[in-house]
Amino acid sequence: MHKTTSIGSALFFAVFLVTSGLNAATEIELQPANNDPDDIQSLQRGARNFMNYCSGCHSAKYVRFNTIGRDLEISEKQMIENLMFNADKTFDTIQVTMPVEDSARWFGTSPPDLSLIARSRGVDYIYNFLKDFYLDPGSPTGVDNRVLAGTSMPHILWELQGYQNAIFSVDEDGVQHLDRFEAVTAGTMSSDQYDGFVRDTVNFLAYISEPIRSTRRALGVKVLMFLVFFLVLATMLKKQIWKDVT
Amino acid sequence: MTGLESEMGKDRSAFIKWVDDRFPWTETMRYHVTEYYASKNFNWWYIFGVLAMVILVIQFVTGIFLTMNYKPSAAEAFASIEYIMRDVEWGWLIRYMHSTGASFLFIVVYLHMFRAMLYGSYKKPRELIWIIGMLIFFVLFAEAFAGYLLPWGQMSYWGAQVIISLFGAIPFVGEALVEWIRGDYAISDITLNRFFAFHVALLPLVFVGLIFLHIVALHHVGSNNPDGVEIKEHKGADGVPLDGIAFHPYHTSKDLVGIIVFLMIFSAVVFFAPDMGGYFLEHANFEPANTMATPEHIAPAWYFTPFYAILRAVPDKLWGTILFGASVLLPAFLPWLDRSRVKSIRYRGWMYKLALTIFVVSIVVLGWLGLQPAEGIYVPLARIFSIFYFSFFILMPYYTTIDKTKPVPDRVVYNA
Repeated sequence: MHKTTSIGSALFFAVFLVTSGLNAATEIELQPANNDPDDIQSLQRGARNFMNYCSGCHSAKYVRFNTIGRDLEISEKQMIENLMFNADKTFDTIQVTMPVEDSARWFGTSPPDLSLIARSRGVDYIYNFLKDFYLDPGSPTGVDNRVLAGTSMPHILWELQGYQNAIFSVDEDGVQHLDRFEAVTAGTMSSDQYDGFVRDTVNFLAYISEPIRSTRRALGVKVLMFLVFFLVLATMLKKQIWKDVT
Repeated sequence: MTGLESEMGKDRSAFIKWVDDRFPWTETMRYHVTEYYASKNFNWWYIFGVLAMVILVIQFVTGIFLTMNYKPSAAEAFASIEYIMRDVEWGWLIRYMHSTGASFLFIVVYLHMFRAMLYGSYKKPRELIWIIGMLIFFVLFAEAFAGYLLPWGQMSYWGAQVIISLFGAIPFVGEALVEWIRGDYAISDITLNRFFAFHVALLPLVFVGLIFLHIVALHHVGSNNPDGVEIKEHKGADGVPLDGIAFHPYHTSKDLVGIIVFLMIFSAVVFFAPDMGGYFLEHANFEPANTMATPEHIAPAWYFTPFYAILRAVPDKLWGTILFGASVLLPAFLPWLDRSRVKSIRYRGWMYKLALTIFVVSIVVLGWLGLQPAEGIYVPLARIFSIFYFSFFILMPYYTTIDKTKPVPDRVVYNA
């Protein structure tokens, strides 16, 4: 390739890469969820957590029970006995038990559908959200959240995590910062156990946001392998045809 | 016809002869494929035209299959896409190919246009190819914009809200025009339905027509090359340009290699990163459109952002819209703004090289700024780079006239 051209193209891509990297900054600091989407057991525990703690108020209306069963290796019998509390058929989707009109009246807003929450907000966001409720006597639910200030969601996992206070500090500009949390009451779970509980739940939310993910990646490897093979053939063909070009 | 017929040899099947007597099949194939001579020294910048065609085919095929399950209604659109992603056999692949294809079409078209700027492919006698190309680019804008509304996510809705409201800045008729485009007082089911009609019927038809003209014009004058030399000026005794080789099988076999390399990159995105970190599928678009809740930060899809940044750089809405329009239209005038005696950057002086570098940096920085909120340092930055962007075009007649050029060789540079 000619010198100017290669410099031009290198520059083009360099600037693109640098600027796209700069865009990564977010405002709220988030701990990584470190969930493993290929850990079937974690996903099974997440399914149990979701159906027991989330599905009372949150639907996952695009997600079918039989899809979960197939992907997470849960038999139909186990599914019906342990997970399908308000569904008749295994091809049903996860509907909410609580009437939308009631929830809107009680909380001021209806709890969002969680089918795609991991894709719209990201797993780290939910992971931190579920861990960062703190006591706030001024709030109607008695708690606020570091990640989503003023959330209408009560701390439904308080039995497991216990309650915590937020310790704030004020910087030189007079802006309040949340420094750390301090346990007020202990939950039934240790801090590590609770982290694991939330991680499994978040993992399951990530799974239902795109159940096809693992299939997609596995197929991708095969497609790329085929293309590499095809590329070798095409390159040989090109060389053969171009032999007489001088 | 008789001269052509005698050349055709004895092995031509009776069927082809029957067709040729009624339709110029062999003649057309020769003119456009087997006896279309293009320079042998094409480098990889010359792959992007054929890649645009490949992606267009991908978009047509996947688009048709999406249409079979998509519901163009405000109540059902979002859910129908999730239905495609989860319940339709291979629906996820079709949808990811279509969404990835949209972004890749822009990448490829931008690089295709940049190639023309590197080697002066828009210069005489190829002005019409460039103009038709710009028309295709405008249609692509409209097509992508209409398509972006269809998933009916938060960003679909609010992005469309922002862009359509731009027309409201036009004096006197603005508000009426906005209503006419939306077909309603707000973006609604009606807007979605008509955008669907534009996206799947009207604009694809215009696309095909314009691409046909683009190629007819190209094959009439012949392709440019990295040296900007007219290969038709040196023909052999057989009338074939000395530096030209037939499109088929030479360029086709080379293009096939490029197409496979492209498909590898394309597949890597489709199978391993279909969101592309929120650039190809924006996170906010996984939430259904909510007319009551404006997202914190509205940014159009990445391929519009350089122009969007120019729009926001201007404090006045009308002037912002005018400059936005100008920034999109200006490249169409390149054949007349560029006064250089040489076509290719290989033989241009330092001024054009510097100008083109600044132009590329500006458009990339503006693209990035268009994704950021319009606040703080981003605002003056957007203004500075908008000035650079416009200067590239407005000062072009001047710097291309005084720029020192190098002598252009008679024949193309090629090392086998």
